[in-house]
Amino acid sequence: MRLKLGVNGERREADILSGESLLYVLRERLQLPGSKNACEQGECGSCSVYLDGTLVCACLVLAAQAGGREVVTVEGVSDGDELHPVQEAFVEAGAVQCGFCTPGFVVATHDLLCREPAPTNPEIREALAGNLCRCTGYEKILDAVHLAANRMSRP
Amino acid sequence: MRGMETVPKIPTRERPAAPVQRPGKVGEDSVRVDGVPKVRGEFEYSSDLRMDGMLWGATLRSPHPHANIRSIDTSAAEAMPGVYAVLTHEDVPGRKVYGMEIPDQPVLAWEKIRYQGEPVAIVAADHPETARLALGKIHVEYEVLEPLADAEKAMKSDAPKLHLSGNVLRHVKIKHGDPEATADVVVTGEYEVGMQDQAFLGPESGLAVPDGEGGIDLHISTQWLHVDRDQVAESLDLPPSSVRLTLSGVGGAFGGREDLSMQIHSCMLALHTERPVKMVYNREESFYGHVHRHPAKMRFEHGATKDGELVYVRARMVLDGGAYASSSMAVCLNAATFAGGPYKVPNAEIDSYLVYTNNPPCGAMRGFGAVQACFAHESQMDKLAAELGLDPVEFRIQNAIEAGDTLPFGQKLPAPAPVAEILRRAKAMPMPEEKEVMGRDVRELPGGVSNVTHGEGVKRGVGYAVGIKNIGFSGGFDDYSTARVTLSIEDGEPLVRVHTAAAEVGQGLVTLQAQIAHTELGVESVAVLPADTRIGSAGSTSASRQSYVTGGAVKAACEAVRERLFERVRDEFGEDPNKLSIQDGNVVSGGSMIVSLDELLGSDEIEETVEYHHRETYPPDENGQGDVHLQYAFAAHRAVVEVDTELGLVRVVEISTAQDVGKVMNPQALEGQIEGGVAQGLGLALMEEIQMKDGKILNASFTDYLLPTILDMPPVKMEILELADPEAPYGLKGVGEPPTISSTPAIVAALRDATGRELRRVPVRPEQLVGIAERPPEQPPQPGSAGYAEIGRLDERIEQ
Ligand code: FES
Ligand code: FES
Repeated sequence: MRLKLGVNGERREADILSGESLLYVLRERLQLPGSKNACEQGECGSCSVYLDGTLVCACLVLAAQAGGREVVTVEGVSDGDELHPVQEAFVEAGAVQCGFCTPGFVVATHDLLCREPAPTNPEIREALAGNLCRCTGYEKILDAVHLAANRMSRP
Repeated sequence: MRGMETVPKIPTRERPAAPVQRPGKVGEDSVRVDGVPKVRGEFEYSSDLRMDGMLWGATLRSPHPHANIRSIDTSAAEAMPGVYAVLTHEDVPGRKVYGMEIPDQPVLAWEKIRYQGEPVAIVAADHPETARLALGKIHVEYEVLEPLADAEKAMKSDAPKLHLSGNVLRHVKIKHGDPEATADVVVTGEYEVGMQDQAFLGPESGLAVPDGEGGIDLHISTQWLHVDRDQVAESLDLPPSSVRLTLSGVGGAFGGREDLSMQIHSCMLALHTERPVKMVYNREESFYGHVHRHPAKMRFEHGATKDGELVYVRARMVLDGGAYASSSMAVCLNAATFAGGPYKVPNAEIDSYLVYTNNPPCGAMRGFGAVQACFAHESQMDKLAAELGLDPVEFRIQNAIEAGDTLPFGQKLPAPAPVAEILRRAKAMPMPEEKEVMGRDVRELPGGVSNVTHGEGVKRGVGYAVGIKNIGFSGGFDDYSTARVTLSIEDGEPLVRVHTAAAEVGQGLVTLQAQIAHTELGVESVAVLPADTRIGSAGSTSASRQSYVTGGAVKAACEAVRERLFERVRDEFGEDPNKLSIQDGNVVSGGSMIVSLDELLGSDEIEETVEYHHRETYPPDENGQGDVHLQYAFAAHRAVVEVDTELGLVRVVEISTAQDVGKVMNPQALEGQIEGGVAQGLGLALMEEIQMKDGKILNASFTDYLLPTILDMPPVKMEILELADPEAPYGLKGVGEPPTISSTPAIVAALRDATGRELRRVPVRPEQLVGIAERPPEQPPQPGSAGYAEIGRLDERIEQ
């Protein structure tokens, strides 16, 4: 079947099989491998994307359900070459090791800071509880979220 | 079955880029060069690789842990449209078995199945789903056998032999001092460690590309390119030069990528179809596709004088190696050598057994045998201290081993060995504030937002532990790394290129290599080339060894380049090479500039390749004595926990740690290793276990195998000691493993302090904390409300 959807502000189309997930279509058919596939069952958050502005696990969304809707992936978070403050903060704070969880954390943090510009530690922990990281122990991820929040709140 | 489209005869992939970094010097914070592509989603992991015309591989795995294979019929799968190849053991061109230490593992099973998930056949198709459907069409007739799933039973003489050599793969016996020694106070304990998974987030994946001339290029995430290459070449019956490996982006490793997964399979499919073949395991398959941490059952007896001096340790450890050897031989030795812990103990009798069973193969995981031993010896230390009425930390300090003391396996402990010092430091660190439990934000109580306790029944506990770990490969292994360093001028600026085969798995080695080059050659721009087999081996990214060994190789290669450079300055300018140094791209002598590198080199380059071998180690003798290990690293941990004593739920409040690292190479990366290592230790203490029943995995998913989330991890406070090891490059010590080793027993000690329970087994489960059972029930509840990991699923899918 033919799927038409918006991805990172562009109209995109692809021929898909009916059972394919949004994650598969993004990664394999639209050449956007930034969203990651660590569990493909909604447990790790590495595939986090926006679907019409709502944070979802792309692995749990049937691609067909995304027809006619707007998807924003990690590739769409930055403004051209310019990193988004969330991305900058993850690099600077050392919140990236192997980085496989990073795209998901970047999108989820972006979502959190849009909703709550100055989150407390418990709020951050709650908001990011659906994202697994095996490398960092999360300390530097907390630092990164605070750093990004500070930068974004500056006029 | 062959499709009709044509593909270019010799497909090629561009080499991955080697971006120019501007690293800090050794000791400075250096932002990692792959950070920006990683936050943008542009970093290419092995699971992201693609090529035009590529096929997808998939693996048929045995649903049974123990079976005879009567027949395999692939005809229905071969007839499926879109299927390009279906291969079995008959198609393995060369050696039909592989293995890092002992080649005992079939590339594809024939005659016998020894564990659930063992690969039986492989398929290449034009869509991953077609490949998976084709697996369902392969008919394998099994004669199902009773699995031998208990290591103790497998050791019995009447147990069926899983391998011709018998079921005991290795027995290390350590005899030290007086075997008859007696003591005033004796404590014994039995301890168990469950099977932990590395659970790296990036699934096993790779892309094999045939070169059209019978050779193959394999892009893969692994820990050790050369040992992969040699095993792949053997099984493909190709010379190693025809098998070229390039490291692709690695999504974590922790030991789980030291063995082969789909390396040979993808190459077989690619050579057979003459097309690039990509393979990616999904999470369920990943649980079957790599080795795990050895489960262990241990019996320890310690004796001490009434003044609290250790007299002896007697230990019997049985480690379940599962179906194949993997790196079990080395794990067995490690467990034996660290059974005594970092303590002065004059008499020791230690037996460490590594046993074949029909459980999943076990091998390397962060801590490598020292984790199991540490849980036991630290539990014993607390028991002894309690028996003697001594403070558990003071008791440890009293018995702490020091440089120059002899370890139970006869090696003199080299300096520095600040065991007592790190214990003192961990104890002296300020305690976290203790807020009144009643009326707290529930997010700061055990169970958190599940809203289970509002403070009732919550008790706090504090526990300590200290661990010891060898750095680098041991027991006589010739452990080395190779580095090529090239100094040239690019666009009028000096540039250093560093090439090694060392695997960056997330730890920050690519940055570290650049820092070393900057430090040694005074050049700010450094490009670290992609790791591949165009250069000699770097050894494995394991045993906390790469900073030491590959770091040592890069440093030595830089020194060789510098020497040649200075010789040139001597020849051209008559300067004494011993007085020269490089600063900001200029050669200087006594503060005055002699010549810029730009002028000196022009279009020339200076290149040196160096193999760096560390000091020799030796295998133990028949009494388990010898200079077995290279370097020793130590960490101490203090855990503060709160337990809901009614429901057995736990909140870890804080972990503090003191660790000697010799030299801080990159502060931010070091903190990341410690925090991440602690998280894995916490996982083993509280939640992480592959649950087995009759040789079958019950929880092969992230729904049912629980990993610490950001809600579970407390702040980690640390004190870092920099006591230089005179033998090591920059005095450094490996840092990756110690944080994992003693954090587990520290947390368990804190849980014991809070609950008064014995807690002999990790991961500790709620039923242990509330005193219902010391072990999980023999008949565990059915896992997973999602129904994803039902053990029947694999059978259904394959035997329809
Ligand atoms: S891949 Fe989607 S949540 Fe894990
Ligand atoms: S950085 Fe490796 S999983 Fe998060």
